[in-house]
Amino acid sequence: MTNCPTLIVTVGLPARGKTYISKKLTRYLNWIDVPTKEFNVGQYRRECVKIYKSFEFFRPDNEEGLKIRKQCALAALNDVRQFLTDEGGQVAVFDATNTTRERRETILRFAEQNGFKVFFVESVCEDPDVIAENIVQVKLGCPDYTHCNTEDAVADFMKRIKCYENSYQPLDEELDRDLSFIKIIDVGRRYLVNRVQDHIQSRIVYYLMNIHITPRSIYLCRHGESDLNIKGRIGGDSGLSARGKEFAKALGQFIQSQNIRDLKVWTSQMKRTIQTAEALGVPYEQWKALNEIDAGVCEELMYEEIQQKYPLEFALRDQDKYRYRYPKGESYEDLVQRLEPVIMELERQENVLVICHQAVMRCLLAYFLDKTAEELPYLKCALHTVLKLTPMAYGCKVESVCLNVDAVNTHRDRPSVRFTNTHPLSMSVSLVLVKQASPIINLRTLCSSFTTQFGKPGCNVMFIALHVVDNKKINILYPYSTIKINLFKSTS
Amino acid sequence: MKGMPRELTQNRIQKIWIPSKDDKPSMPRTSHGGPHLANPPTVIVMVGLPARGKTYISRKLTRYLNWIGIPTKVFNVGEYRREAVKHYSSYDFFKSDNEDAVKIRQQCALAALRDVKTYLTEEEGQVALCRAEQILTAIFFIESVCDDPNVIACNILEVKVSCPDYQDCNKTDAMEDFKKRIECYRMNYQPLDPDQYDKNLSFIKVIDVGRRFLVNRIQDHIQSRIVYYLMNIHVQPRSIYLCRHGESQHNLQGRLGGDSGLSTRGRKFAGALAKFVKEQNLKDLKVWTSQLRRSIQTAEALNVPYEQWKALNEIDGGVCEEMTYEEVRERFPDEFALRDQDKYYYRYPSGESYQDLVQRVEPVIMELERQENVLVICHQAVMRCLLAYFLDKSADEMPYLKCPLHTVLKLTPVAYGCKVESISLNVEAVNTHRDRPDVRPSTLIRRNSVTPLTSPEPNKKPRIEGLDDTIIREVTPTQLTLCTASHTTLALSTQVSHSYCVISSLHNPVVTY
Repeated sequence: MTNCPTLIVTVGLPARGKTYISKKLTRYLNWIDVPTKEFNVGQYRRECVKIYKSFEFFRPDNEEGLKIRKQCALAALNDVRQFLTDEGGQVAVFDATNTTRERRETILRFAEQNGFKVFFVESVCEDPDVIAENIVQVKLGCPDYTHCNTEDAVADFMKRIKCYENSYQPLDEELDRDLSFIKIIDVGRRYLVNRVQDHIQSRIVYYLMNIHITPRSIYLCRHGESDLNIKGRIGGDSGLSARGKEFAKALGQFIQSQNIRDLKVWTSQMKRTIQTAEALGVPYEQWKALNEIDAGVCEELMYEEIQQKYPLEFALRDQDKYRYRYPKGESYEDLVQRLEPVIMELERQENVLVICHQAVMRCLLAYFLDKTAEELPYLKCALHTVLKLTPMAYGCKVESVCLNVDAVNTHRDRPSVRFTNTHPLSMSVSLVLVKQASPIINLRTLCSSFTTQFGKPGCNVMFIALHVVDNKKINILYPYSTIKINLFKSTS
Repeated sequence: MKGMPRELTQNRIQKIWIPSKDDKPSMPRTSHGGPHLANPPTVIVMVGLPARGKTYISRKLTRYLNWIGIPTKVFNVGEYRREAVKHYSSYDFFKSDNEDAVKIRQQCALAALRDVKTYLTEEEGQVALCRAEQILTAIFFIESVCDDPNVIACNILEVKVSCPDYQDCNKTDAMEDFKKRIECYRMNYQPLDPDQYDKNLSFIKVIDVGRRFLVNRIQDHIQSRIVYYLMNIHVQPRSIYLCRHGESQHNLQGRLGGDSGLSTRGRKFAGALAKFVKEQNLKDLKVWTSQLRRSIQTAEALNVPYEQWKALNEIDGGVCEEMTYEEVRERFPDEFALRDQDKYYYRYPSGESYQDLVQRVEPVIMELERQENVLVICHQAVMRCLLAYFLDKSADEMPYLKCPLHTVLKLTPVAYGCKVESISLNVEAVNTHRDRPDVRPSTLIRRNSVTPLTSPEPNKKPRIEGLDDTIIREVTPTQLTLCTASHTTLALSTQVSHSYCVISSLHNPVVTY
């Protein structure tokens, strides 16, 4: 929606959660399909200065240090420019202390030259407990301190912070009143928001105001095995099978054993998740947004039936499972949009158990584990298995707990048969390569459907079958079929 | 109770699965640990000098919260004062040394607060939450701070001089008197102080009409939503144009839903719309469509860039998609009757309800608030939802708002509301509107009634005893509901939603109660 790329610039003393915020924000923006990348200046510094000796490097009077740090910042900005201008990036997060007005001026000038909007995210915190916890969680494990013991590392880091303190010029309501920024005070107790320019900045502000760092766990699982699962049919609104009911009971016991404080339980509005939740004997909340992906015309069909009735659709889905939308149904891409409010509320909450469905669970999991759109539709979310996610340092720890109740396997791996070119045919002759590695698909039907869908009148479509031998040799067998399209689109 | 899961039945109107005993929905369970863990209702208190936009903000916020399903009511202390003091003489009433006036104003404030209490407790009904004197509430302050004299003067002209206090005055005198009124307050004005006195309060300070915000201690979901909303609204003059796609093939056949293309007359409308848009001579008009062919075809005729929103797609008719109303009545007579019974909450089997639509369309509303001039080319049910938001129509009225084909509604925000201009582009089309039926459908009653029907009253729906059609008035768990549902431990309750936002407009920011 935004035309101008945005440069987000963090501001704050060390151990104020800037990298935590940068990584989390980047993960969120990528998940909602805004290409985002973070650029951590500390990383650049580590590349440059192979071995970290001590806090002395950061002393304000260390000229050598200052020179290197400035070079690193510029190198990072250069990569930012490349990402936003040449690589199709929409948002870049420039993660560094940026504590002086002078440094921020440099960045503003850089952004102006390149036509980027700038949004500052400042984290201000004086709570010694929070700072100490930060240091323990992320600094001690960082490459700078691998050779140190804990005490020394902490002492050194505290001195490092001191190096910045004297020259720190926080964003000011008056002096910086023309800049766009959010100042996060005391880990979200208070926010100062100035001059939000556009939609994406508004979303970023909303997101930052909803996240917290209170320790908690999120449990994700699917409903128990359903009657339609057993029949190998997708979608629908069936009830639990006998094994599914067993799982629901086991889930209840598992939850009990975890002894979770104030657990919230969420389900979709489909019978099978609600039945599962009912067995827990605790209050739960229904979300329509957690309903399984709508398979449109393919609802309640088996995969084999879909292949027969809609061979082209079947093939197209394997081509791009993330963006593929079932006719009169939804795509994973639609799901992500639908689930965004769920994610936002999950961020606000503490301990939550989400009982949902395969495609939905994949979307949620992809958000927490930072999986790409490519990987998302193939994440493994087996029935009768609970995933326990615990935010940790900059990411999420996952524990997979199988509750030992048998169930069918509903997972389909990424297939090996794919079109390599699906652009609508606009030239008079186009070459379409179809790799066949397994005999499952009826190529003739496939090619004919493909032509109907993509061919334009007056255009020849020639299909050539390639036989790949041992991943090395490629034999061109023969023109598989030549289908001529008349001026009026026909289905021959 | 564990290991013996309750049977589920599907509520017939909303198609929501609820646990039941003997095919009847059971009473909702009480919250874990007693009612005190439930989130208390929220009271929002507006703070700020006069002419700072408090009433504007409260009305707009109330409209938004009611639209997304959170019962909200404004209690404006100014109105209590107008009741108490029938004739307003001059700004002297507001001088802090005018003892009688001060007493009256305090009484009015108290009266307003008493009504607030009643509003909140009355609905609590069975879930006894509080004793008469004590209310557990979450209090959220919204302060509007502005020192720009232009903005203030503008405010005064737009809303103050036309208010009942000044009906006997000319504009200049009214302006002068009001300015002096502001001065009376300014002397005792104590803005919210985030660093000291008020650092433990939950509030948002809106500075200079949204240029800057200070947000302190957001407690829950609803406050977070309110903050997000306030940060997205603006006061720039602009217009929003709402219209439906041109007449479609399915429209001609009287069919619901589907994804057909435009008819000949529909294409003519698209051309007329293009001409109309040109004539409006708008700066930077954004055009939005749904992802259905008929709305896109309409936009294409405008020859300007447009943006497709899946969220603007027509209501999903589920199993009834592409049928005519007659076919629906034949094949699904019960469903047909149920829909007429409660059109807002009724969900098509495997489809959607208006209530679902509101949830779906909310991000569109949020973005409309951010934007300036926009033309939205959508569909009948969707347009009704959007219109209901702008014109503050209730859930009851929404499904019956008139949104005919080939007519553009131009909405222009004005003072506290919205001016509507209806422009018919003079291209014939079928009429797809169905009025609210006068007579309750009899098929349903014959099969299930246990007690006689009460005669339908104009504003009351007859309650048919014995049918499990009690509407689950829990706001559907989405963006906003969570704050309500999170304390209504069982998501489905037959109570009215527990979280109410009540907005009192208090000029005196120092409140003791």
